[in-house]
Amino acid sequence: MLKALSELFWTFAKVGVMTFGGGYAMLPILQREVVENKHWATDEELTDYFAIGQCTPGVIAVNTATFIGQKNQGIIGGIVATLGVVFPSLVIISILAGFISSFSHLPLVINAFAGIRVCVCILIFNAVVKLWKSAVTNRLGLVLFLVVALGSMLFHISPVLFVILAALLGILLVQFQGKEASGK
Amino acid sequence: MIFLQLFYEFFKTGLFAVGGGLATFPFLSNMADKTGWFTHSQLMDMIAVSESTPGPLGVNTATYVGFVTAGVPGAVTATIGLVTPSIIIILVIAGFLKAFRNNRYVDSAFQCLRPTSTGLIAASGLSVAASAFFRTDAGESLSLSALKPEAVILAAILLAVTRFIPQTKKLHPIVWIGFSALVGVIFTFGGVPMS
Repeated sequence: MLKALSELFWTFAKVGVMTFGGGYAMLPILQREVVENKHWATDEELTDYFAIGQCTPGVIAVNTATFIGQKNQGIIGGIVATLGVVFPSLVIISILAGFISSFSHLPLVINAFAGIRVCVCILIFNAVVKLWKSAVTNRLGLVLFLVVALGSMLFHISPVLFVILAALLGILLVQFQGKEASGK
Repeated sequence: MIFLQLFYEFFKTGLFAVGGGLATFPFLSNMADKTGWFTHSQLMDMIAVSESTPGPLGVNTATYVGFVTAGVPGAVTATIGLVTPSIIIILVIAGFLKAFRNNRYVDSAFQCLRPTSTGLIAASGLSVAASAFFRTDAGESLSLSALKPEAVILAAILLAVTRFIPQTKKLHPIVWIGFSALVGVIFTFGGVPMS
């Protein structure tokens, strides 16, 4: 049991180290480690986990790790696999953050990050364009996008409220469409 | 006390941030406004570092915010807070996987959640952009005279190489983060002389 758990932890730590950015970039890595090397899941199962990981809240890498760990060693397995996937981030970021903060007063660092911030704006813009293509596919999507973007910019409403309202709207729409369909 | 607060804020983020990648960003931007633990420009620096280091983006930024707020214990608390809702939700739905995947309500909810998440990211992007393009960090007195022309030129170049030039479009963002750091140093974007 302990050996299986430690194997889960280190395999997912490896997946964490090799994931840059996350999202779809990590699918081939999971395929190699989890399907081909460890035989913990089939390709089909992995695709399923990944799809569900995307439509549940939270970080996709974490969701997928929990799924595979759970399937392998139950609840403890799910927790251990998740701790494994976040472990490299904790170590690497803590070291880097400490390093950066002790040099943050240097002109070199101040100027470099001032340049980097411009780049981050463009990266966010590109991410929004990419998301837009898959998310805003109809008039309802467009209206939601505009209402949420303007609402959160102008009124500083918590994003939590928008997320809850959007989920409720989606659920109500099924009810509404269901009635409409049966009425015809 | 700060640890309880950190855990709560990141639990909320993990519970409501849908879609991966930058999905946690609007929650962090909101956190910066509400708690004062970090500024918008710090948040952008954290995103850049998180994007350039191994590990999922959402986890890296959570760790970074936690570290900035309360050191290594803060980093651990924030990260545990972020993943706790995921663990609970996934363990619950693991029992009825197929039913969840094919559920009409779940599907419809996500039809609405995707544009919502995109709208939130766009709005937060605009609100942090002020610290990159204007000389003041206050955000209150944004005037055209405070606009940094060098930042606008860099943004135009980056937009061209990441979106329109086929040879450079596919390059990893790290390349552009490094390039921008260099440009920032050469043209003293921070307004601090290099000597």
